[in-house]
Amino acid sequence: MKAQITARKTDPMPALTTLTRDRGSLFDWKLLLGFIGVSVLLVLSLFTGVFDISGGEAGWEMFNITRVPRTIALVLAGAAMAMSGLVMQLLTQNRFVEPTTTGTTEWAGLGLMTMMIVAPGAELMPRMIGAIGTAFVGTMIFFLFLRRVTLTSSLIVPIVGIMLGAVVGAVTTYLALATNSLQSMGIWFAGSFTTAIRGQYEALWIVAIVAVIVFVTADRFTVAGLGKDVATNVGLDYNRVVLLGTGLIAVATGVVTVVVGNLPFLGLIVPNVVSMVRGDDLRSNLPWVCLLGVAIVTVCDLVGRTIIAPFEIPVSLILGVVGSIVFISILLRSRRYA
Amino acid sequence: MLEVQPGPAITDVPVNRQHTASGAFATDRDRHRCWIVVGALVALGLALAFGLLAWGNPLPFGSPGFWRIAQMRATSLIVIAIVVTCQAVATIAFQSATNNRIITPSIMGFEALYIATQTAAVFFLGVTGVVVLKGVPQFALQLLIMVLFAMLLYGWLLSGKYGNLQVMLLVGIVLGGGLGSVSGFMQRLLTPSEFDVLTARLFGSISKAEVEYLPLALPLCIAAAGLLWVRSRRLNVVAMGRDVTTNLGLNHRREIMIVLFLVSVLMAVSTALIGPMTFLGFLVATLAYQFAGTHDHRFIFPVAVLTGFVTLTGAYFVLKNIFYAQGAVSIIIEAIGGATFLVVLLRKGKL
Amino acid sequence: MIEINGVCKNYSSSARIGPVNLQIPKGGITALVGPNGAGKSTLLTMAGRLLDPDAGTLTISGHDISRTRSKDLAKIVSILRQENHFVTRLTVRQLVGLGRFPHSGGRINRVDEEAITRAIDFFKLTELEGRYLDQLSGGQRQRAYVAMVLCQETDYILLDEPLNNLDMKHSVQMMKHLRKVADELGRTVVIVLHDINFAAHYADWICAMKDGQIVEFGTPEQILVDETLSRIFDTPVSCMRGPKGPIAVYY
Repeated sequence: MKAQITARKTDPMPALTTLTRDRGSLFDWKLLLGFIGVSVLLVLSLFTGVFDISGGEAGWEMFNITRVPRTIALVLAGAAMAMSGLVMQLLTQNRFVEPTTTGTTEWAGLGLMTMMIVAPGAELMPRMIGAIGTAFVGTMIFFLFLRRVTLTSSLIVPIVGIMLGAVVGAVTTYLALATNSLQSMGIWFAGSFTTAIRGQYEALWIVAIVAVIVFVTADRFTVAGLGKDVATNVGLDYNRVVLLGTGLIAVATGVVTVVVGNLPFLGLIVPNVVSMVRGDDLRSNLPWVCLLGVAIVTVCDLVGRTIIAPFEIPVSLILGVVGSIVFISILLRSRRYA
Repeated sequence: MLEVQPGPAITDVPVNRQHTASGAFATDRDRHRCWIVVGALVALGLALAFGLLAWGNPLPFGSPGFWRIAQMRATSLIVIAIVVTCQAVATIAFQSATNNRIITPSIMGFEALYIATQTAAVFFLGVTGVVVLKGVPQFALQLLIMVLFAMLLYGWLLSGKYGNLQVMLLVGIVLGGGLGSVSGFMQRLLTPSEFDVLTARLFGSISKAEVEYLPLALPLCIAAAGLLWVRSRRLNVVAMGRDVTTNLGLNHRREIMIVLFLVSVLMAVSTALIGPMTFLGFLVATLAYQFAGTHDHRFIFPVAVLTGFVTLTGAYFVLKNIFYAQGAVSIIIEAIGGATFLVVLLRKGKL
Repeated sequence: MIEINGVCKNYSSSARIGPVNLQIPKGGITALVGPNGAGKSTLLTMAGRLLDPDAGTLTISGHDISRTRSKDLAKIVSILRQENHFVTRLTVRQLVGLGRFPHSGGRINRVDEEAITRAIDFFKLTELEGRYLDQLSGGQRQRAYVAMVLCQETDYILLDEPLNNLDMKHSVQMMKHLRKVADELGRTVVIVLHDINFAAHYADWICAMKDGQIVEFGTPEQILVDETLSRIFDTPVSCMRGPKGPIAVYY
């Protein structure tokens, strides 16, 4: 169990997922409260907006075309990114890893950019497939790099992940520069739910499938995260689990990046906050991770919609600022244990 | 019972003592190799410099017009020299101070800060305002902002009971990310013409660097790089890590702060002069470690500056005169630098 | 001698060390032993001024560690920890040469060269002195680092678990070298050891720690008593007279 010892000895904070003796039940009354809380937020989201929906036919139609899809998009995207972050953290046993700190979103952006150049008139689906493909490749590269790192629970991992993202981002930027689409790239890469209207957001439902699969296979990711030797020892096919995890992350990131844009730090904050509050029981944390992901995205979106109404601030800006602050506080807290 | 034979007495001189030195170079061969490399780089650098000055100069050699054009090009050469010195020295010093060769100081938030201040300038002042606000004061202000930010960050995060270098790095990076979000938002609100003006400043190239900045940039660059070079012996020790450094009597935190301050000055000068160049420093540093053949910074610094000069002037020369694609230099350098980063990342034995 | 007065260090609400009062005598080898988490490495690290105590004072040869400049301390005490980061293109000789830094600021002169040669020969690294550090095995690298610390020519040498990555033969070699350092060169060596038998055989004094406190201090004869060791290590230990001195049997 060498990998486990290494992780324990040097990880300043308690291990990310130790399966506790008596596992918390999956459903309890606090979770119900959580559900209710998030539902309230979602209802708020349904009724926030410039257009007055209480006014008859047009109002009702607008409700169905923009409000409902937007709210559903919030749920799906928030859950997707939070789960992706969780899966990455399980697979790497490092709590600072998530799609925006490992270059995955930048890879997705590169795929999207490439598709826009290669097939400018393409529909949503081919663009998404391009983004998913490159996100997959990028995440695999990151995991390959991780195998060479002896101390996975160090801060070097996210540092290098971010640098990796910077390389890829630079390539995408230069492609955009060359095709004179820098400003528009900036616009659709910045995560915003403004464009989540009926007819454009449906692809996000794919993420629901991802979420279900994660629920079912989460334990396997934990074991794989302890290292190839440990995993093989308990009879798990390490490579297959890593591929599955990478695939799930790539799909979630690719879809969300194409439909919504970049949601920075979400996959980082949510699992960390949940385990800070509830400890590290994976099974019962999963629904909380989803809920908190949805809650945060919804709150940020609500703020973005109301602060300078009738104009909107994109979610990615608010998430970027809030996320940086939360990330830095987590980092500073971790210093005390170093 | 086994009798353990005592080892040879300490006075015996073993036959095969390698006469290796304790200074910068282990063997004479290494030292000769280094000097040869330096010589080759200097020769190549001079040749390329002359080539950039003289090649493709439309006016006849020796005429006053010829010299005027050569003078304009000479400014570009000086800018290249400054940028290369800043990036190379800063990256190497930074990597030694952080004991990590897979990192570059550009990622610490300098670029994000530069982008943010430039975007804010265009956003709040508009195109006309920005055009008016030129010259050395603007340059000096930009420098001041970046160095202040860096020192605040380092000072806060490296001091006190919980001073931790890695946390500082990550916080710098994340702050950069946060700033990037803010910049991104402001950028979307710009009109296309304003955005073009901004782009020109963000993706600056050597030829667009302002000549009027040089009187401030050049002395700063020489002073900061020179100071780092003079402190090479200390840097050699610092590169061994915190415990060894303290054991040998140096105040680790103080040494790091000084190095980081000088690094931030160098990075600020380079970024304010020609905009962000993320991977040039990394590329040059990686090459320098190979070429210099020693761990001693007294030799790595000069080799790196020369290597960088040759690389950048070479790239310019080739792209300008053979491919007629002068504007693509920074992109190509970044691409090669980025690729080098990926290769080093995947090849490195352990972290 | 090293005087430790009322030194405390708090890690978190559950882990604390101290208050510790100890006098480590000058000369010979003193071994710090104890179970995991006893605080041996922490205490050593504080003595070597790599870590600041939360309370109390540490004095080496009359110099208060917190008041003396690190530069001056580097000529009195040297410390080596376990994980050492090394740079590329550094040969054994150059590494050992770094140990002269407190004396010569990086400029190596004749005196330094001789000191380096002595240290290298002392640890039998002569054939390896031109090799790069990353070409050595873990054990050889360990010896090189200890040679560097020896080259510093300090009266007090503090070593944190130097036998960790060494196999049987090299562990014995290392301890014999350290014994010579204490006997022939008259230095004081303080060393954290996991193996009580190594401590018993090679150390002049054994200091046992448990739960952040000093629980025993004495000669190997005094410490290697069934009841004492069983209490310290929380496991039954029986001590007997071996062919070369007292040994502890705990298997």
